[in-house]
Amino acid sequence: MSEYQEIGFEQRMALVDFRVSERAHITVDGDACRGCTTQGCVVACPANLFVPTSDGGILFNYEQCFECGTCYLVCNTEGAITWTYPEGGHGVVFALS
Amino acid sequence: MSVDYDAIVVGAGPAGSAAAIALARSGRSVALIERGPFPGSKNMYGGVVYGRILDGIVPNWWEEAPIQRWVTRRATMMMTDTQALTVDFRTAAWGAPPYNGATAYRPDFDQWLATHATAAGAELICSTTVTGVLRDGNRVVGVRTDRPDGELTARTVIACDGVNSFVAKEAGLYGEVEAHHYTVGVKETIRLGRDVIDQRFGLRGLDGADFEIVGCTNGIPGGGFLYTNLDTVAVGVVLELPSLAKQDRRPEQILAGLKSHPAIAPFLEGGEIGEYSAHVIPEGGLAMMPELVGDGLLVAGDAAAMCLAAGIWLEGVNFAIASGHAAGLATADALRRGDTSAAGLSGYRRRLETTFVLADHRKLAGAPELMMSPRMQRAYPQVACNTAERLFTVENPRPKTGLNAIVRSELKAAGVKVADLGRDALRGLRSFG
Repeated sequence: MSEYQEIGFEQRMALVDFRVSERAHITVDGDACRGCTTQGCVVACPANLFVPTSDGGILFNYEQCFECGTCYLVCNTEGAITWTYPEGGHGVVFALS
Repeated sequence: MSVDYDAIVVGAGPAGSAAAIALARSGRSVALIERGPFPGSKNMYGGVVYGRILDGIVPNWWEEAPIQRWVTRRATMMMTDTQALTVDFRTAAWGAPPYNGATAYRPDFDQWLATHATAAGAELICSTTVTGVLRDGNRVVGVRTDRPDGELTARTVIACDGVNSFVAKEAGLYGEVEAHHYTVGVKETIRLGRDVIDQRFGLRGLDGADFEIVGCTNGIPGGGFLYTNLDTVAVGVVLELPSLAKQDRRPEQILAGLKSHPAIAPFLEGGEIGEYSAHVIPEGGLAMMPELVGDGLLVAGDAAAMCLAAGIWLEGVNFAIASGHAAGLATADALRRGDTSAAGLSGYRRRLETTFVLADHRKLAGAPELMMSPRMQRAYPQVACNTAERLFTVENPRPKTGLNAIVRSELKAAGVKVADLGRDALRGLRSFG
């Protein structure tokens, strides 16, 4: 029997069905993020959608979002993350959860 | 006033479908709006459905519900990095009708429950996101959707739109949202095959196992779980949000730590991940619940923070079904009397007060805080595991140390004062006793 292998993050996310909308349902205010010392969204987002940039800002991706709500709940900076649900029929579609 | 529906239910999860079932069976016109392509498509959990509440809604539900396994083995595991002490309970009673708990895939289960709403006459509208509420003064009179000409009016709106409930928030039913009342659950569904699962977990037929774990979250308040589906297992961790955001390990790394634990890894060996999923959970109980009723508006399920996260009891789907059904029945009463103001809909709260939904939350109001405390999360698992290890390590020729002396020295090593232990025991007794 083979040892249990951890798979890479991209492979992990590739297992999930995302029906990507053209409209981003997350927006991030880069100026607000540059003043944020904690940037809790970076470590907490289970889909790893928030990446710090060299100038202290945040680069984000909405396409592989679980629509869980973690990012805006951990955000310390009022209004830095605006988050709504994707358009109907779009976004994550679970099968085995 | 002419309206499109007697009631609009936002969200076709367990709460929404149960509300729509109650209303449609009362002969009311009801729209059940789901933003996913089908009910359950957005939903994950971690994950036992306790079915007793379904008895009065779908008689003999166990003959038709798409369940994976019936939980006949329920274990609670206290863990340190290298040890685990498990209370492992099994009963044949839970493997026969009327059963107790079941594992299920939510996309299957939620879709099934929604078919009972449509069978009763509810109109299920999928792939439609509610983007706001329509108001007349303070009164909610419908919803705005992202469909062209997507405004729908109704005498009552029932918000079953999940933990993030934009409907309840927009309507002002929530006070300030406090992040420490929320956790995020991350989970992997791992393909192993039915026979392998039967052998590793000691199961036969459709019997299933559910392990709840404390002490496996790297010091972040929360817990872990491992349970069996038919040919997959689900393993996950639940992490309190502010504590997660303050440290440097990502959720999937903390989960990887649990998966590689010597007490867990042998269950998972050779498996392949089939799906990775995550969602936020409202764990604060009574302390975080919103106003449940407004003019023309009710809120149920996770949208009303009805999840019960009380250590030995971790329940959500049953609370969603019960609160949704109560909301549907209360709305039907209010429609009959022609008064769907907050006062007219107040029967909802009375219904919840007289059932387990608010009774359990009241009784266990102190439990979430106790369960998330550093002593429960770290010190007690360490004391329990070290005590067991010393009790069962044979140190001949040295004579055995008495249990009392072991416990005292382990409490001291973990920095727990006897007074703290007494206080926690009292709090525990008040909640669970």
